[in-house]
Amino acid sequence: MIHIHLADQYKSGSSLIHGLDPRIKIIGTILFIVAATVLPFGAWLPYALLWLGSLAVALLSRLGWSYALKRSFVALPFALAAITLPFTIVGQPIAQIGSLTISAEGSVRFLSILIKSWVSVQIAMMLPATTRFADLLWAMRELRIPKPLVGIVSFMYRYLFVFADEALRLLRARAARSATIDNKGGGSLWWRGKIAGGMVGNLTLRAFERSERIYDAMISRGFQDEIKILAPPRLTNHDLIILFVWIIYLASVLLIRFI
Amino acid sequence: MHYSPAPLHIPDGFLSAAVAIVGWALAIAAIAYALRQTRGQLGGKQIPLMGVLAAFIFAAQSINVPVGGGTSGHLLGGVLAAIILGPWAAVLIMASVVGVQAILFQDGGITALGFNIINMGVITAFTGHFVYQQLKKILGDSRNSMLIAGAVGGWLSMMIGAVAAGIELAISGTSPLNVAVPAMAIVHAVLGIIEAVITVGALAFIYSARRDLLAIGESAPAQTSAAWVGVGLALALVVAAFSPLASPDPDGLEKVAAQYNFLNKAAAPLYNLLPNYTIPFIANEVVGGILAVALGTLIVFSVVFLIGRAQKRANA
Repeated sequence: MIHIHLADQYKSGSSLIHGLDPRIKIIGTILFIVAATVLPFGAWLPYALLWLGSLAVALLSRLGWSYALKRSFVALPFALAAITLPFTIVGQPIAQIGSLTISAEGSVRFLSILIKSWVSVQIAMMLPATTRFADLLWAMRELRIPKPLVGIVSFMYRYLFVFADEALRLLRARAARSATIDNKGGGSLWWRGKIAGGMVGNLTLRAFERSERIYDAMISRGFQDEIKILAPPRLTNHDLIILFVWIIYLASVLLIRFI
Repeated sequence: MHYSPAPLHIPDGFLSAAVAIVGWALAIAAIAYALRQTRGQLGGKQIPLMGVLAAFIFAAQSINVPVGGGTSGHLLGGVLAAIILGPWAAVLIMASVVGVQAILFQDGGITALGFNIINMGVITAFTGHFVYQQLKKILGDSRNSMLIAGAVGGWLSMMIGAVAAGIELAISGTSPLNVAVPAMAIVHAVLGIIEAVITVGALAFIYSARRDLLAIGESAPAQTSAAWVGVGLALALVVAAFSPLASPDPDGLEKVAAQYNFLNKAAAPLYNLLPNYTIPFIANEVVGGILAVALGTLIVFSVVFLIGRAQKRANA
């Protein structure tokens, strides 16, 4: 019953990307997004090269180019935040709408922000799609993210879908009790809010009580206030070579712009 | 399950590299300190309790309030977490929620994650918790005062988090300050009401079913340091809002500022600043009104703090 959006993002497969060490994938993803961030506005050729890179990763993962493309517009609504730029940045006027002047500089900046964001999303979604979350958590720990934080996130992930289902049952129960005609239900906004608030309060208590049970179960199995993680597999030369190639690629994308 | 992203999740590309680095530094410092504080508060329960509550906040964000016309609003949850477990615990819970949303669902960017954690985790938790505690001191220890304090805390936390996001976008050159801040403020003035109503509903439910849980947040560590963080955040906000005026960088913001005669107006008394504000396609009164809301937020915040201080001194 879970909405597609909340389902596990991992798409199992055997490909070059799936087989990479998760640490390498995390570092590679961050480097790519940092490269996209530091590129100046209007660097069209480097943008295109970055997009080709994200496309190459999508193809190498055998998820296909359409996979990344389909969900790449998730950040697009946020473009609203930058939409005034073409009007507010002073520069070469290129068009006139009423009393508003669209400047070339402003349009360049607006498009650049959009492209940077769009490319970053395409590479970011490959990480959970090709890596099991457990492996990501393990890699985070290896990359020196504090143990308790990784522990909290791993518990969160473990119970994410449990609580999503609980919330879903609450929502279904509310829907079953509430008749609507033409999308119009009864009650004031205040009343509806109180009902939703009651559902959240209900969920709070379930969460608390469940966490007590979980902690007791952990204690009875010998938990000593610390999460232990099995010894890491070693990085292979193969992984390191791929990271090296990736860094060379990103460096040349940046060099093209800055030389 | 319908999962609707809140407009506070800044994607990659919308924050400049320098701003992103500052955000990461702030977020890492806040998380590191929160880990130490909650370890002392919760001991071995720290990991399972926070993990389960993070999963709960994530799920609770899907419980929507139909607003009408097919649209609906939902909870962010930072304030609720802060009221139940104290601000430092809420920082960890919200950091986990925001982090997982970024990694798994690309809801919010990786470079922007630092400031997303600050806006949605640290600021909401601290302003909400701080206002809640201070108002409860003023209004007395009753069910209604708790609910009112929760409502005001919920609304203000959204407003301040949103204004902070607007300022970050403006400093990054993604949107002019006089557009970003009012736009974020007006959207979140509405979303803040939903946050407030759901928080109140949840508090009322917990109050009648298990009042003992609400005592955990009361005795959470670092009450005074939490208050100072609240004050610091408010100050930082004021400074950040006006720092672009002093920026030596002639690019971006200052160009915009020059274009709108912002510098001249800033030199004029403050009451002149608001009515004279103009941007091309929004009527004067609207922008003035929104900025007034943002300023009013800060003023209410300061007043609440001062009264709380006075009250505390009187009690001592």
